[in-house]
Amino acid sequence: MNLKRLLIVILMPLVVLQANAQDKVVTGKVTNASGAPIAGATIKIKGGKSIGSTSADGSFSVKAPTNSTIEIVSVGYSSGQMQVPASGLMNFLLQPTTESLDEVVVIGYGTAKKKDLTGSIAVVSAKDFVKGQFTTPEQLISGKVAGVSITPNGGAPGSGSTIRIRGGASLNASNDPLIVIDGVPVDPNGISGSANALSLINPNDIESFNVLKDASAAAIYGSRASNGVIIITTKRGVGGKAKFNFSSMTSVYTPSGKIDVLSAAQFRNFVNANGKPSDIALMGTANTDWQNEIYRTSIGSDNNLSMSGAIFGKVPFRASLGHLNQQGILRGGSLQRTSAAIVVSPKFFNNHLKVDFNIKGAVTENQFADEGAIGAAVGFDPTKPVQSGNNRFGRHWEWLDPQSTTGLKSLAPINPVGLLHQRDDRSHVERSIGNVQFDYKFHFLPELRAVLNLGYDISKGGGTVVINDSAAQSYKRFKDVNNKFHGGVNNAYRQTNQNTLMDFYFNYAKNTSFGNIDLTAGYSYQAFKTTNFNFSDNTFNGTKVNSPVFPFDIPENRLIGFYSRLQYSYKGKYLLTATVRRDGSSRFSQDNRWGTFPSVAVGWRIKDEFFKNTKAINDLKLRFGYGVTGNQDGIPLYLYQPTYNLGSNQSQYQFGNTFYNIYAPAGYNSALRWEQTEMLNAGIDFALFNNRVTGTVEYYERKTKDLLNAANQPAGSNFTNIIIANVGNLINKGVELTLNLAMVSKKDFTWDLGFNINYNKNEITNLTLSPDPTYVGNTFGGFSGGTGQTILINALGHPRGAFYTYKQIYDEKTGKPIDGLFEDINRDGTINSSDLYKYKQVDPVVFMGINSNFTYKKWNGGFVMRANVGNYLYNNVRSGSGTVRNIINPIGVLRNGSTEVLESNLSGNGEKYYLSDYWVQNASFLRMDNINIGYNVGKVFNNKANLRLSANVQNVFVITKYRGLDPEISGGIDNNLYVRPRVFVFGIGLDF
Amino acid sequence: MKRYILKTAALAFIVASSFNSCTKKLDLQPTNDVTAAIAYSTPLGYKQNLGKVYGAFALTGNYGPGSGDIAGIDAGTSDFFRLFWKAQELSTDEAVVAWGDPGIQDFHLMNWSPTNPMLQGLYYRSLYQISVANEFLRQSTDDKVASRGITGVDAANIKQYALEARFIRAYQYWVLMDLFGNPPFTTEADVVGVTIPKQTTRTDLFNYIESDLKAIETPMIAAKTNEYGRADKAACQALLARLYLNAKVYTGTARYNDAIVYAKKVIDAGYTPISNYTQLMLADNHTNTSENIFTINFDGLKTQNWGGTTFLTHASIGGSMNAADYGVDGGWYGIRTTKSIVDLYGDLGTNQDKRAMFYNNGQNKEINDLTNFNDGFAVTRFRNKTKAGATGASLTWVDIDMPIFRIAEMYLIYAEGVTRGGTTGDIATATGFINILRTRAYGNVTGNIAPVQLTTNFIIDERAKELMWEGFRRTDLIRYDKFTEGTYLWPWKGGAKDGTSVSAFRKLYPIPSSDLTSNTNLKQNTGY
Repeated sequence: MNLKRLLIVILMPLVVLQANAQDKVVTGKVTNASGAPIAGATIKIKGGKSIGSTSADGSFSVKAPTNSTIEIVSVGYSSGQMQVPASGLMNFLLQPTTESLDEVVVIGYGTAKKKDLTGSIAVVSAKDFVKGQFTTPEQLISGKVAGVSITPNGGAPGSGSTIRIRGGASLNASNDPLIVIDGVPVDPNGISGSANALSLINPNDIESFNVLKDASAAAIYGSRASNGVIIITTKRGVGGKAKFNFSSMTSVYTPSGKIDVLSAAQFRNFVNANGKPSDIALMGTANTDWQNEIYRTSIGSDNNLSMSGAIFGKVPFRASLGHLNQQGILRGGSLQRTSAAIVVSPKFFNNHLKVDFNIKGAVTENQFADEGAIGAAVGFDPTKPVQSGNNRFGRHWEWLDPQSTTGLKSLAPINPVGLLHQRDDRSHVERSIGNVQFDYKFHFLPELRAVLNLGYDISKGGGTVVINDSAAQSYKRFKDVNNKFHGGVNNAYRQTNQNTLMDFYFNYAKNTSFGNIDLTAGYSYQAFKTTNFNFSDNTFNGTKVNSPVFPFDIPENRLIGFYSRLQYSYKGKYLLTATVRRDGSSRFSQDNRWGTFPSVAVGWRIKDEFFKNTKAINDLKLRFGYGVTGNQDGIPLYLYQPTYNLGSNQSQYQFGNTFYNIYAPAGYNSALRWEQTEMLNAGIDFALFNNRVTGTVEYYERKTKDLLNAANQPAGSNFTNIIIANVGNLINKGVELTLNLAMVSKKDFTWDLGFNINYNKNEITNLTLSPDPTYVGNTFGGFSGGTGQTILINALGHPRGAFYTYKQIYDEKTGKPIDGLFEDINRDGTINSSDLYKYKQVDPVVFMGINSNFTYKKWNGGFVMRANVGNYLYNNVRSGSGTVRNIINPIGVLRNGSTEVLESNLSGNGEKYYLSDYWVQNASFLRMDNINIGYNVGKVFNNKANLRLSANVQNVFVITKYRGLDPEISGGIDNNLYVRPRVFVFGIGLDF
Repeated sequence: MKRYILKTAALAFIVASSFNSCTKKLDLQPTNDVTAAIAYSTPLGYKQNLGKVYGAFALTGNYGPGSGDIAGIDAGTSDFFRLFWKAQELSTDEAVVAWGDPGIQDFHLMNWSPTNPMLQGLYYRSLYQISVANEFLRQSTDDKVASRGITGVDAANIKQYALEARFIRAYQYWVLMDLFGNPPFTTEADVVGVTIPKQTTRTDLFNYIESDLKAIETPMIAAKTNEYGRADKAACQALLARLYLNAKVYTGTARYNDAIVYAKKVIDAGYTPISNYTQLMLADNHTNTSENIFTINFDGLKTQNWGGTTFLTHASIGGSMNAADYGVDGGWYGIRTTKSIVDLYGDLGTNQDKRAMFYNNGQNKEINDLTNFNDGFAVTRFRNKTKAGATGASLTWVDIDMPIFRIAEMYLIYAEGVTRGGTTGDIATATGFINILRTRAYGNVTGNIAPVQLTTNFIIDERAKELMWEGFRRTDLIRYDKFTEGTYLWPWKGGAKDGTSVSAFRKLYPIPSSDLTSNTNLKQNTGY
């Protein structure tokens, strides 16, 4: 069939070897004006093909025909040309272009010249990545892009991040940006057995991140563009002589802090002073710091080897292999990842057909430590030893009750070390992302291209959780029909994700006397299919506790899109981009399935209009864009359809002597439709003083309507009382500034400073179908302590995620909170839920990044700092554990808690105390994310290789007023965070 | 070569355009969830759907104890009986709780507000079960059943199921009428997701419940002939008896004659009390079919939920109580009772009434701190043990079924109807019924009373003893004008240690504010 023939077409040229007679070896070095090497510059025969690229020290060695002219091209520099001299030795000195503007930027379904951009697109390429050892790719741009906040979810190996572009656009649908890797929008859902889907991508393979922030840039991805788009492009081969790069990093991870809990001595004093004799009698004689017992200093290594060159001297390719090994600082956790990537980019028919094969794969072996140990270590009595001295419960000391069936005291905390030792949770996850792209330039009409992109993203994950039957956490948890008890866990889980993509588009580009036209029109089909396998719940010895009703479940969703884009520029000064995309989603009914998402943007290069001859101004451009984008991710897949679900085996009902699995009608919303965000963006790009000052200022407004929002249903009208419905409006307004300064630019010394800041104001302007000023809002944000209580609210006229609290009253003299005393806000004489008020907000109002790099002779170095301002956290560690009632409680055990109890001595009685605004604390911070230093040793091994050494520290320090372990926690509630490690990294790099 | 490329491009284009016409690809169905046509395609399917009409009582959701039909409330606290119990018992002298869950202390302190999450949960739970019953009725019309090829005995059974669904709906409307007064009203005639329910009044709802129950009374299956767990004619009549007993509260018009008649109908159906009062709430109480008229069925392995009798058993245990004695793996240190109930038995040292099931070792009779489990006597009625002393199937989820109607209540309704002037019964029969209960309570006739002792005020104390913690107390106190008034006080009533009166509007609970917002047809009850 045709595919077969196509393969023949593609593969045939590979066997045709090219004869290269009369070639000469040419070697040299490419540097910039200050003498710093330019790595990765492309070496071409003038007017012809690429024959290689420079290595990290700027050197190159290629074969070129005698008498040919060599051209060096590097992004951000004007190209250099030189005829091959007889010596074969040529050094190039490239001048930075006024125009890094000819730089080509990857946008959705195509590329555009930077100078022609009208949308808000930030590009971070490999040379600007944060330096250090990163397990997940998003960390490479943390703090580098205005308006993009990347909050790591915790310190576990491979754990992901919460990424928000300009604050996110939704309430209950997804706020995550769309991530596109080499043209394949990746599956937004995680995979069982992996902490984070992105952690399966090796950061070392990434060439650039392009962040599309506004509608004009992103609307071509219509349906999924509301929260912005991050396009990740991986490294490609540049042809020429084979180049190898090897890097090895060794990391040491140490806990960056501990939660302040009572020491054993403080604990004894406290219990002696406050406890009844029966409480005092419960204390032991040990002095245990439980956090020291669960955390450790751990090590990791990250080795990467890549090779790039040309197959048969002709077809550029790149292959890489990586191996990462990271131990978690919480004892017992680890991550091992082996990754490989290969890119082959052949061209055929005089470059009329360009093909790009791209395959990336990763296999990870995870071992997950029981993170329940973190909370347990805060709460476990410090006067108790780790070991009990007898064989019960794996020799771990536990609270006992000789009368109970298990021998354990009910409701008592479990020994945190026991939690870690007794649980073995391992997973094996495989993921592969790949695509093949055919880019055909028509022979009869070279301005017209047809591009077909076929992609996939397939992952498979599974694992086992085994808990010993001697473990206290699940001791004798099941009684069988013979009244015999079984304990422990022996369970499996498995999931596969299959995401396939087909994109096809035409592109027509022509420069005419009335302007340059670039027209794209295409079709996209993407299908997501997950298979969840269901397994029985077993005790350690394999006794079935219960079994699933269905062996598996296959949730699916699909998207179909038709899109077109016009890019037009007139005289290089007047720019226009218009896009329209029509999207269909399987999440909506036939009547509401399709949404149309248009955008239009204009740009005006004032530089060429008024300042053509002004030397101080290298570039000045105004941009203005408006568009509509959609969102449907993050909501249930079949919500528009009336369905019945069959209950599990624990939810049967008895009639007579028979138990029946029961059918329940599920709530549904047949009117469900697209959430839409109108975006407006105005920006100025500038480059001044010989490009030593460059930057962008932007203003944006994002108005989301028909918010996919968990809305109350009139009771009795549906089979659920809260359902996702299109209710409400949300506005984000903000300003962004990006500023890059070349502070010093001398031959032996350069110093760059980058600064970005985002101010974002977020307000909910409607939450109900009909206007209702009395509507309090949607509460959410459960926390540990009060069953069913929530601390957050989405309320009209307030930012998304305000805290909803009682107003604490303080002692005027001591400034300390008065136990159980809150302000009667509505003055009705009683304190009840009508006295809750909205206080502060979760999201930062301002966040910024500061980064700096220097080079001095063979040395280089830099740092990245980030700061958030105006973000608050509910300190659940203090509210949950820092009270008298927590430590000396009525259930006959002692618990440790936060040193808060020594400061405020709050009783912890009643339920209102949890909702005090006293626990909502300012979590603004300044974090030194990264400090790095490197030394370029230069040639080693008889000039065969170039050696670089580097060292850096990640998570160096945090300056904050926040009274918890770490102020940077997404979601607004601080409870038992897996502490982020401080990482010391030593690396070597070899190019040969 | 060129031809191939062109062909390929053309092919790709054709593929693309065919997708265009093929947007049917966006019609996707879940793997395991099914449409109504499939769920109701067989007689078994009808029974499995009937299972949810009943199961909505006993379960919080369809996927084990952590799942919830009701959103916006912790799943573990969202089952019917736990919420109903809190509203009916915690607000009275029968129960206090030590916990600090939001809104839970408001019941006993009598300062609940329209945002109370537990009232919200109960309100939504009752209306959820009504919605499920309505859906069952929509799917069970003769036309629908016939169109699915179901005939004969199967079709007749489905007719019976539908009557039971109407009974369940009537019961939940009674709950809403009793607690919230004027709830939204919806039947199988409404369209799901489209009709916004209108508010009904307490009187209209009373008339609706009465007429619907009377309509199903005759065709319903005879008492004691249905499968265990399913409602029969006696359940229908028992609900009518309860409805009539409280008619004066609901409509202003007393219906004691009807209450007596319907209580008697149930009694005459052949129910008799089991011999041992302390065995009413045990793991194998499904064998108490001579006494229990209708129950919510729980099972430690197959019908698991964190509410219902699992809650009543665990939450009752704390202090020095040994959880193993009650057939569970631990206490939750929650609920106790006040001295107002304990003192009904006089001196506990000499008391002979076995209904005094208290645990006082280490417990203080006086309640200084509501949130301290040791203040207030614990109650030992609920035990996950069989009559033979074996432990239930699970130590976590208990097997005890919860009686919604049992014969003792019918005796008490008959007697109260007579003392309140009902003429369809007589004092001698009434005294006889009460003495059946007292003989069981004392183990002999020493506790029996003479007709002259049988007064209306005697009966409320008798109800407190006999029906302790079964979900009656608030309704009873309101009927006796003792709930909000200053004439009867108990510890911490109205938030004062020795008790104080509260405003009369608190005889009704508020319509939850969340529903007032989403349903503009609704008006809040007076006072809130």
